[in-house]
Amino acid sequence: MSFFDLFLQSLPSFLKGMGVTLQMTFFALLIAIVLGMLICFLRISSLKFLNIIATVYVDIIRGTPLLAQAFFLYFGLTAALGFQISNKNAGIIVLALNAGAYLSEIFRSGINAVNHGQMEAARSLGLPYGKAMSKVILPQAIRIVIPSIMNQFIITLKDTTIISVIGAPELIKAANVVSARTFRSFEVYAMIAILYFIVIFTLTKISTYIERRLAIGKGKR
Amino acid sequence: MEKVNVKNLHKYFGNLEVLKGIDLVIEEGEVVCLIGPSGSGKSTFLRCLNQLEETTHGEVIIDGRALTDKNNNINKLRENIGMVFQQFNLFPHLTAAENIMLAPVELKKMSKEEAAKRAKELLDMVGLGEKYDEYPTNLSGGQQQRVAIARALAMNPDIMLFDEPTSALDPEMVGEVLGVMKQLAKDGMTMVVVTHEMGFAREVADRVIFMDEGVIVEQGKPENVFGNPQSERTQNFLNMVL
Repeated sequence: MSFFDLFLQSLPSFLKGMGVTLQMTFFALLIAIVLGMLICFLRISSLKFLNIIATVYVDIIRGTPLLAQAFFLYFGLTAALGFQISNKNAGIIVLALNAGAYLSEIFRSGINAVNHGQMEAARSLGLPYGKAMSKVILPQAIRIVIPSIMNQFIITLKDTTIISVIGAPELIKAANVVSARTFRSFEVYAMIAILYFIVIFTLTKISTYIERRLAIGKGKR
Repeated sequence: MEKVNVKNLHKYFGNLEVLKGIDLVIEEGEVVCLIGPSGSGKSTFLRCLNQLEETTHGEVIIDGRALTDKNNNINKLRENIGMVFQQFNLFPHLTAAENIMLAPVELKKMSKEEAAKRAKELLDMVGLGEKYDEYPTNLSGGQQQRVAIARALAMNPDIMLFDEPTSALDPEMVGEVLGVMKQLAKDGMTMVVVTHEMGFAREVADRVIFMDEGVIVEQGKPENVFGNPQSERTQNFLNMVL
């Protein structure tokens, strides 16, 4: 079988795998953004016990490998608590918990990077803390951390490969199957490497575009 | 009529006592300039007036309402107290007009249209009507500070606090900012100004207060404080800056 035939033959299953990869990434990130914001606010809250909850969460996620987290949730927790979950959903949850922790730190760094005088100016006008945060601090913080957020998105997309170990039918899994059937591992893994690269490179370009569009104080917002 | 009444105000940063019992009454329409060496507590005192700096103990009463009383809604009280900062602190993601409109619209004091109209008026007043749609980065320091003054006026405060408003400006831009402040003073605004501009204090202030090491050392009419200072500390300070 020529390389071209191999390519044509395996492309449908690769695209399907990529579809699952993107789907998992998308839902994981959606949850992670909400989770990250929540953890971030717990972390910067003035209530000590909320800080502790957030810190412990971030430390646990950061201090353990994603692979171990995936095993723990998919095999460990399900066995201990006696429930079933699809490997895809387990993957989404693990990725979300993971990215959420990192995103919370990114959000926090963004908020800290906004000059303290901004909060003071907003409060001096009579804006309550929440309004000052949402109308003055966050719009600036988000712009500052867009490159880091995009970076985390890309990391999460690549982390989906690790989820293949619990059997989610994402791109690596699809490649493994094709490779085992055809014994053409070099070509197969080269192809999916290129597929990953195309997607991630596109994301990077979109990120740069968004960054430029949102640059503070220049032209249209 | 009494506008501001500060009673026995103390402020600690950790173990350091930066304000050591300040008592002060400011009348409506009065322009008070706070002068003194750096570290004397004058900026901290100013920031206590709108509670950006929480006081350790003592009372700050404005229009009969204690800002230091936790039962009072501090946000509501702050609407009546405009503040202008040394570093301008304009919101960089908003245009000049949007900076001014933010508080009135968010705090539901005005509709968007009304606020836009008001922003235009205020910008005209500070001589920057044509900068309506500009972002702060495209404005000079003096222009930014004038927009900041307009922003502080947007909620129609009846007292204005200025924290060294010209200290971060290039010398040639100091005049345009002081000009706007003079106009405000003339229009009867109650103003408390921390400043190193002795010329401004002498010309515009109704009262000059010299602070050092967390206490009010001397106060009085500018001609008296500048012309015939009683305390040795005031004399030394004025010798150095004049």
